[in-house]
Amino acid sequence: MRIESLEQFGAAVEAARQAHLAKGREIWVCCGTGCLANGSKAVAEAFDARIASEGLQASLGLYHKATGCHGFCERGPLVVIQPEGLLYAKVKVGDVPEILDKTVARGEVIPRLLYKDPTTKQAIAKYDDIPFYRHQTRVAMRNIGRVDPGDLDDALAHGAYAGLAKALSTMTPDQVIAEIEASGLRGRGGAGFATSRKWKACRKARGDRKFVLCNGDEGDPGAFKDRSIMEGDPHSVVEGMIIGAYAIGAHEGYLYVRDEYPLAVVNVGKALVAARERGLLGANILGSGFDFDLKVSRGGGAFVCGESSALMRSIEGRTGEPRAKYVHASDKGLFDLPTNLNNVETWADVGAIIAGGGAWFAGWGTQKSKGTKAFSLVGKVKNTGLIELPMGTTLRHIIYDIGGGILKDRPFKAVQTGGPSGGCLPADKLDLPVDYEILADNGSMMGSGGMIVMDDRTCMVDVAKYFLKFLSEESCGKCVPCREGLKQMLLIFDDLCTGKGKGGDIERIERLCKGMQLGSLCELGKSAANPVMSTLRYFRAEYEAHIDHKACPAGMCRDLTSYEIVEEPCTGCHQCVKVCPTEAIAGKAKQKHVIDPAKCISCGACFDVCPEDCIRFTARNGRKEAAHAHADH
Amino acid sequence: MPTLTIDGKTVHAEHGTFLLAACRKAGIDVPTLCEHPAVEPYGGCRLCVVDVTRPEWDGWCKMVVACLFPVEDGIVVHTRSQRVLDTRKVVLDLLLARCPETPLIRDLAATYGIATTSYVKNPVPTDCILCGLCTRVCDTMGMSAISSVDRGAGREIAPPFRGPPPACIGCLACAEICPTGFIKAESGLRKRRIWEKDFDMLRCPECGRSHITVAQADFFAGRGGVPRSYFETCDVCKRAALAATATRLGGPPATPAR
Repeated sequence: MRIESLEQFGAAVEAARQAHLAKGREIWVCCGTGCLANGSKAVAEAFDARIASEGLQASLGLYHKATGCHGFCERGPLVVIQPEGLLYAKVKVGDVPEILDKTVARGEVIPRLLYKDPTTKQAIAKYDDIPFYRHQTRVAMRNIGRVDPGDLDDALAHGAYAGLAKALSTMTPDQVIAEIEASGLRGRGGAGFATSRKWKACRKARGDRKFVLCNGDEGDPGAFKDRSIMEGDPHSVVEGMIIGAYAIGAHEGYLYVRDEYPLAVVNVGKALVAARERGLLGANILGSGFDFDLKVSRGGGAFVCGESSALMRSIEGRTGEPRAKYVHASDKGLFDLPTNLNNVETWADVGAIIAGGGAWFAGWGTQKSKGTKAFSLVGKVKNTGLIELPMGTTLRHIIYDIGGGILKDRPFKAVQTGGPSGGCLPADKLDLPVDYEILADNGSMMGSGGMIVMDDRTCMVDVAKYFLKFLSEESCGKCVPCREGLKQMLLIFDDLCTGKGKGGDIERIERLCKGMQLGSLCELGKSAANPVMSTLRYFRAEYEAHIDHKACPAGMCRDLTSYEIVEEPCTGCHQCVKVCPTEAIAGKAKQKHVIDPAKCISCGACFDVCPEDCIRFTARNGRKEAAHAHADH
Repeated sequence: MPTLTIDGKTVHAEHGTFLLAACRKAGIDVPTLCEHPAVEPYGGCRLCVVDVTRPEWDGWCKMVVACLFPVEDGIVVHTRSQRVLDTRKVVLDLLLARCPETPLIRDLAATYGIATTSYVKNPVPTDCILCGLCTRVCDTMGMSAISSVDRGAGREIAPPFRGPPPACIGCLACAEICPTGFIKAESGLRKRRIWEKDFDMLRCPECGRSHITVAQADFFAGRGGVPRSYFETCDVCKRAALAATATRLGGPPATPAR
């Protein structure tokens, strides 16, 4: 039923809330991408089938819904039982009858399915007591994991579109911009430009036809916050965009969604249809006289399309390549008309800011970086997943308190923030508060909010090479420094990692980095040198070891590493033999094993499984030495 | 009219023009590879980088490409600052690695003191510098028969699916604009071949010279109300006919014909 006025909106929200409260108990099954990959769809279907076959909706007042990402992807599939707030982790289809019979029907907790804290080894029953969740503050992700992304009424019951109703009924466009200014909101895509300034510039721009765009082309390795927002709570993004369009004076918009995010494309599309049916989108929104409509534009599979000017070319149907931005998009953007582009997370924040007030949002954060920020925490950390925290939280708090520390309690080496355009920060930067300026001053950046944690078994030269490889594949190739520079840089890094580095390589790298930073056309090319510059800044000795001693101190570059089993602790447990892909390890049970250097490919699989920690690596190329020895005979 | 200072010279630039034109107006040479008056500026070669600052910026400069930076009143431009020269050197060094045998690149690199590239030479030397002039002029002509394909280091210029381009009319604009002669074409009395596509030539009914392809005449015929016959006669004969008419009438008419 279409909502024709603000009064009707209030009534619809109240009805949705009552309907929600009337549900006695609810089971939330996470159907975010991580949990889906672990089989949560089958779990959700099993709940559906059993609730229907046993008539539990009538007898227990039990409802079930498939929600977006709960964030704790490491432990998926996740199931939350409300109103108790119980969290069951790694749930399988076979657990479904037991959960319904014991927990739902009789209120018994199933200890086996509870989350166990890796440090204290204690089982924690309640969602809100788990450190991973307890330390978080969610604004952009306020409803992810709580609402069914395909059910607009569920979203309304959880406060969706309240900010829009407030903006349309009580605020002028200038007041909306002033509220955003008071919140201190800055672009969550990474560059951190003040959102209110961007909106103001676009509002002032001449012309009747303007656009608002949403950048959902998140493509950094290890980043998935925008994906989870679009998949789990698309209405928050839609609401933000309508408010933004109202403030700017735009009546058309596009959601540019990465096509490799099929669930996001579907859920965003469904949200637009639902919002349009209910009069939240389209002509005369909520009877206010304001018209605005949105279309989904699917990305064409290029990382560079996340760059604003390339994104606009892509929506226009042209090749997604950046162009010079000496004239701002607020004057000449999409189709050369005034355009305002914001990131998914920025848009998701807007509705909450208008509803809660700018001062409320600005209550978190540092002097220049306000509010909360979503991060995807990945890499060698115990609790990988999606988190949202106040700005100014230290890296240590994120990695150790929320992330639960490094896997296998190995030493922390570095954290990569900001994706391929960001940088690596070493252990002595762990107490830095996360803030746009502080990260930039230390050679990294906020970027897309990806945080890749690395332990001592990570070679920083190899990490830089990984990002260079990614970027050289994703460079559009329009300008010389980025296209040719990345290609040449990668060739130098190939040499470094295979023991062919030579004196003067570091200077050549530095000169090339500078040329790319100054000479490239777009920010992708300008920042492509960042992973190299930051690893060189903090781990120069590791580069020098690769060049001067042909050694990889972390034991990761295969051509520079040999493995051997030391005498003493080896118990002959045979585990290394089982994982060795080339059958290079031999030895009788309960006797010391030996690695054949001629067969060993230095993959390190044995090192990772050895329970006695008796495998050592040395900075040598065992295969080459063995081959030479063979040739000599 | 915006007034700017370029390398110490005061220059009055046309409103709405780009910095490169102002530099040239001041007689200052800024190297370019992807710029051409026939097409829109592109900003791909990055050779025309210059430093732009303002007195109130306290010495802070931003590096821009002159071909795309709109002139602004009061800006101070340095076209040969150390970092500008260093950046151009990196670009030329990289291009020389890509095109180690191309005279245009070798000569330009030499003027910046680069005799051989400090990077790894392209094992398959090419003359294509990916300036995009060919594809842009093809777009401007209205054909878009060729385009850049693939991305990053794999980028190249090619017709669709690397076969003879269906939209090509054999006008040779791409071959003629190519600064390095990478795009090859063969033109004879009856045939023309470019991008592995063969064209029949149209011969001027007056002098018999073959001057355009049949496909060109077909493409342009009727456009703007101009009949096909106009394109069939070659430019030389058209001019000769006009001159003959003018001579017969005793010079240009004093008053416009009714």
